[in-house]
Amino acid sequence: MRRPLPRWADLVLLPALNLIMAFGISGLVVLMIGENPLEAYRAIFVGAFGSGDGLGYTLYYATNFVFTGLAVAIAAHGSMFNIGAEGQAYVAGLGVVFVALALDQTNVLIVVPLAVIGAAVFGGIWAGIPGWLQAKRGSHIVITTIMFNFIASALMIFMLNRFLKAPTSNGLESRVLEQAAWMPQLRSFMPIFGHSPVNLSLFLALLLLVGFWLLVWRTRFGYALRTMGQNPTASLYAGMSNERLIIITMTISGALAGLVAVNQILGVNHRLVENFVAGYGFVGIAVALMGRNHPVGIGLAALLFGVLYQGGAEMQFVLPSVNKEVVVVVQALVILFAGAMEGLFRPILERLFMLFPERPRHAAVAAGAAESEG
Amino acid sequence: MDFLEIVSLLAATLRFSTPLLLACLAGLYSERSGLFDIGLEGKMLFAAFAAGAVAAVTANMWLGLLAAVGASMLTSSVQGAASISLKGNQIIAGVAINMLAAGLTTFLGQSWFGQGGRTPPLPDGGRFPRIRLPFATELSGVPIIGPIYSTVLSGHYIFVYVAFLMVPVTAYVLFHTRFGLRLRAVGENPKAIDTAGISVTWMRYQALIITAVLVGIGGAYLSIAQTSGFINNMSAGRGYIALAALIFAKWRPWPALLVCLMFGYLDAVQLRLQGRDFPIIGEIPVQAIQALPYILTIILLAGFIGKAVAPKASGLPYTKER
Amino acid sequence: MVSAETPVQRPEKAAAAAPAIELRGINKHFGPVHANRDIDLTVERGTIHGIVGENGAGKSTLMSILYGFYTADSGDIFVNGQRADIVDSRAALALGIGMVHQHFMLVDNFTVLENVILGIEGDLRLAPALAKARAELKRIEQAYKLDADPDAIIEQISVGQQQRVEILKALYRGADILILDEPTGVLTPEEADDLFGVLRTLREQGKTIILITHKLREIMAITENVSVMRQGQMVATLKTAETSPEQLAELMVGRRVLLRVDKGPANPGEPLLAVENLVVTDDRGIPRVKDVSFSVRAGEIVGIAGIAGNGQSELLESISGMRDQKSGVVRLAGEPLSLEGDDGAHRARLAGLAHVPEDRQRMGLVVGFEEWENAILGYHYLPDYQNGMFLDIGKARRAAEAAIATFDIRPANPRLKTANFSGGNQQKIVLAREIGRDPDVLVVGQPTRGVDIGAIEFIHNQLIKLRDAGKAILLVSVELDEIRSLSDRILVMFDGRIVGEADPATATENELGLMMAGIGKGASA
Repeated sequence: MRRPLPRWADLVLLPALNLIMAFGISGLVVLMIGENPLEAYRAIFVGAFGSGDGLGYTLYYATNFVFTGLAVAIAAHGSMFNIGAEGQAYVAGLGVVFVALALDQTNVLIVVPLAVIGAAVFGGIWAGIPGWLQAKRGSHIVITTIMFNFIASALMIFMLNRFLKAPTSNGLESRVLEQAAWMPQLRSFMPIFGHSPVNLSLFLALLLLVGFWLLVWRTRFGYALRTMGQNPTASLYAGMSNERLIIITMTISGALAGLVAVNQILGVNHRLVENFVAGYGFVGIAVALMGRNHPVGIGLAALLFGVLYQGGAEMQFVLPSVNKEVVVVVQALVILFAGAMEGLFRPILERLFMLFPERPRHAAVAAGAAESEG
Repeated sequence: MDFLEIVSLLAATLRFSTPLLLACLAGLYSERSGLFDIGLEGKMLFAAFAAGAVAAVTANMWLGLLAAVGASMLTSSVQGAASISLKGNQIIAGVAINMLAAGLTTFLGQSWFGQGGRTPPLPDGGRFPRIRLPFATELSGVPIIGPIYSTVLSGHYIFVYVAFLMVPVTAYVLFHTRFGLRLRAVGENPKAIDTAGISVTWMRYQALIITAVLVGIGGAYLSIAQTSGFINNMSAGRGYIALAALIFAKWRPWPALLVCLMFGYLDAVQLRLQGRDFPIIGEIPVQAIQALPYILTIILLAGFIGKAVAPKASGLPYTKER
Repeated sequence: MVSAETPVQRPEKAAAAAPAIELRGINKHFGPVHANRDIDLTVERGTIHGIVGENGAGKSTLMSILYGFYTADSGDIFVNGQRADIVDSRAALALGIGMVHQHFMLVDNFTVLENVILGIEGDLRLAPALAKARAELKRIEQAYKLDADPDAIIEQISVGQQQRVEILKALYRGADILILDEPTGVLTPEEADDLFGVLRTLREQGKTIILITHKLREIMAITENVSVMRQGQMVATLKTAETSPEQLAELMVGRRVLLRVDKGPANPGEPLLAVENLVVTDDRGIPRVKDVSFSVRAGEIVGIAGIAGNGQSELLESISGMRDQKSGVVRLAGEPLSLEGDDGAHRARLAGLAHVPEDRQRMGLVVGFEEWENAILGYHYLPDYQNGMFLDIGKARRAAEAAIATFDIRPANPRLKTANFSGGNQQKIVLAREIGRDPDVLVVGQPTRGVDIGAIEFIHNQLIKLRDAGKAILLVSVELDEIRSLSDRILVMFDGRIVGEADPATATENELGLMMAGIGKGASA
């Protein structure tokens, strides 16, 4: 009879195994092109932590990954798969840039909060529509969010081209924002961060990690969400409206993803640039899976991927033959092993743990939980 | 628009629909067997890369094609292991495959060929030639029929003919063979198949194999026929559009052909619509046309154009119930 | 009906003496549950053999072993006198055993013909396979008087006809022995009669039929022999002609130790819960509650007796707000309850109706939650548990602790994951929660299913206490003992209707058993 894994194994051991497999196979790929994977990994680590610059970049990436990781995670608590964080973050750019372009003559204390709201609203709507379609029309949320990613791409290029293009530049981007719309970067008061663009959005991300925890585990809403995610019949029994939960959760999810736009547009690029989301929405999926949808795990996983992205960029200078795309490979393998192949590790681990003597509480499970069948 | 323009538009439509049609038919087999194939995009990309890489190195287009199918098969077996045998989440497996394809193809491409992720332009023998149907040049002068024969029907890569041929073949297999009957049954009610003593797992793997072959051919078309060599992310979302087309076509081969032709037409007409003024609407932004396939899919999924009834067992791993 | 044709000549005429099926010492465990204990069964060929028993008696498990879905832990199977190893359904079919499942194994958008040939098409190409099958099917239809349009699409034909297709499938594959599992559960009375006609014809053609059912009327109507199962054991095998529904009912329901509950007389007041002309359909649109009306007064326990599957689940779900009604009204203290929408259960609770569900793990608990989290399930919105914007975890946990103390829930740890509590304690968690908010009406289903003896007594006493406090309780249970010892009034439900009312003080087990099986006063003939 199956015995469930102890909690620490579930939260730490499985993700660790997952990571080891992902790195292991990526290492094989690196070997395949004739390079030493250990050197590559060392270069990544050094690139991420070896300098103030590197650390700053790592934290900047991690900020974005926290936003998208939280976005995917909150939907996951309701057993929904939001693949649309990429598009939601992109469309949120409109919310940010509209506020910024209109108000960048005023004061940063006015622009930033309103831009955050703008990002949340636009991102929220972009996820809320698929949520509504799932709740009311039964349209599969995975397909609709993917479709919305593509529509977002087309929409943003259209907006940039038609309305927002700066007359002075050649590329597809808006005009540069005035100082009042610049999110203060950390290096202006912590010179250790060198040239890196890590900015106050980092603190917004940290705040949201805490807020996420409060929302999911300390509010009525979070309680209802987790109930539905684990047992939609129980939530029906408890009188929770599954439809409303789906729509609201997806909207929050999109709003969270949208904050990437705040970081990128106000904090880094200081203008709206084509494809500023650059795949961060998909990293969020890996981060949420690795982090087991828990803010502590998400924070750590976001940091890990920040290390990979920054370290990967640096590694390319040190080992030019190892392309930084290897980071995407690691990311993909993390998702593959975390999500799709859980069936691989869990039974093996369960069998391993069965070798150890049972503790009293597990005996209670075996004794009491059986039901007769007809 | 004069007649010759229409004819060349039609020819372009056929060319653009081909990879889509191949991916769509590929997805048809998986989805009909109850597998939710989000990973089509990744498989196509892997296949295109494999074809471009091998054809460039061996200067042999057939080896390239073989490599494409092989890459697709390998990817499908990973997906199969994850979602059929290990009963994993099919969506996550698909998303992972797509991401892996994007990363790995660029990574290997850059590492092996050093051209920023693309494969080098194909040498002679590495790229498929266009096929000229008999008497095409001679007949091109004949009014109306001539240009249709010589431009629309002739002068395509073999892939185009194969893709269109696959439609009646698929229709036949699906609805007039034993295999097709069982395949459709597995997607609707795997228990019915199980109680009939047929292995659900094996049926689904068979479907995956067919999917792999078709999408492999589709990927090869991109890199060693339509273009000379693999370019970064050249599948450009076709795998997803194919899924959309599949839903739109309600999982049937002939409607799938029509839908893919329509999407191909939109692709072909994009450039020609740019800069043109329409009454009332004015200029249609090219992005609106690009987004059209996706918007149409959403509308369909929302139930506004009839219900899209997927094979009932779609996306659910099959477990014997107690 | 006697067929004009002569019975099919069978080459095994010489072995005709051997029984079609013989089971010896069959045992099957599912974890700690002993679903089949030492079962012996002999089914003579050319007969219709009934197997009766309540839900949970082990009938379906036994038949699943015969059909190859499960393998027995120990014991032997003999088919036509030869020892057989039935490892899967293919092996069973090869031996001539065919099964008509309770839930059909049909592909809804295929035609009848396509469903019949699925798996044994006989040709790679469909066209010739279908043509051959069509002819063969016609032959079978005529031989057994089974009408079915081969080109009809399954989802468009009636349930009775769909069942016919299942039978045809088995016959097409050469089944000599047919197992039918609760075949009339989804049929109208007319369709059920048609089915019996078909079964008689099949028998005349030399087929052997095993009929699993809990409806005694059916047993008496068409079987030659009947075996009774109870709690995993084969209790008796009798010739139908030599027994009576009363005897069968007694064997089925059994003479168990009556758990005596100390209770004083009831003092009922005004009707608190009233159900009027309730009609409820299940997920497939089939009516499961067919025009039910009754009321429950304050300070009384009304028990609904009946074998599972006769509409009780849908009744409970409907009253508690989990399932929309097709028609009819539910009133609480005279006011009609509006329970539509997916938050109907919330409004039910607000109105003062609490619900202890039949299946605690599927509905009443989230097994992954900690105990205190389940202690507030459905009541998480109460101001008691809030602290401003947030849930007051402290208050919730303290309330859970208090409930643990009052209800003696063990282990006494509100932080423990609910999956780690035994069945009895899980049920206490649910009960504590639903009773704890002082509801006016409590609807409760299978309160002691999977619960140990000590907890059973406790739970029963709690229910009596609630009654004495002037609440109205609707109790649904398949355990007749429980109904008899707790209820002040008993209603019997069969096939979606209330078929009888009884006074627990005077009604005998047999009377109730008969009504539960569809026979007796108030039941349809």
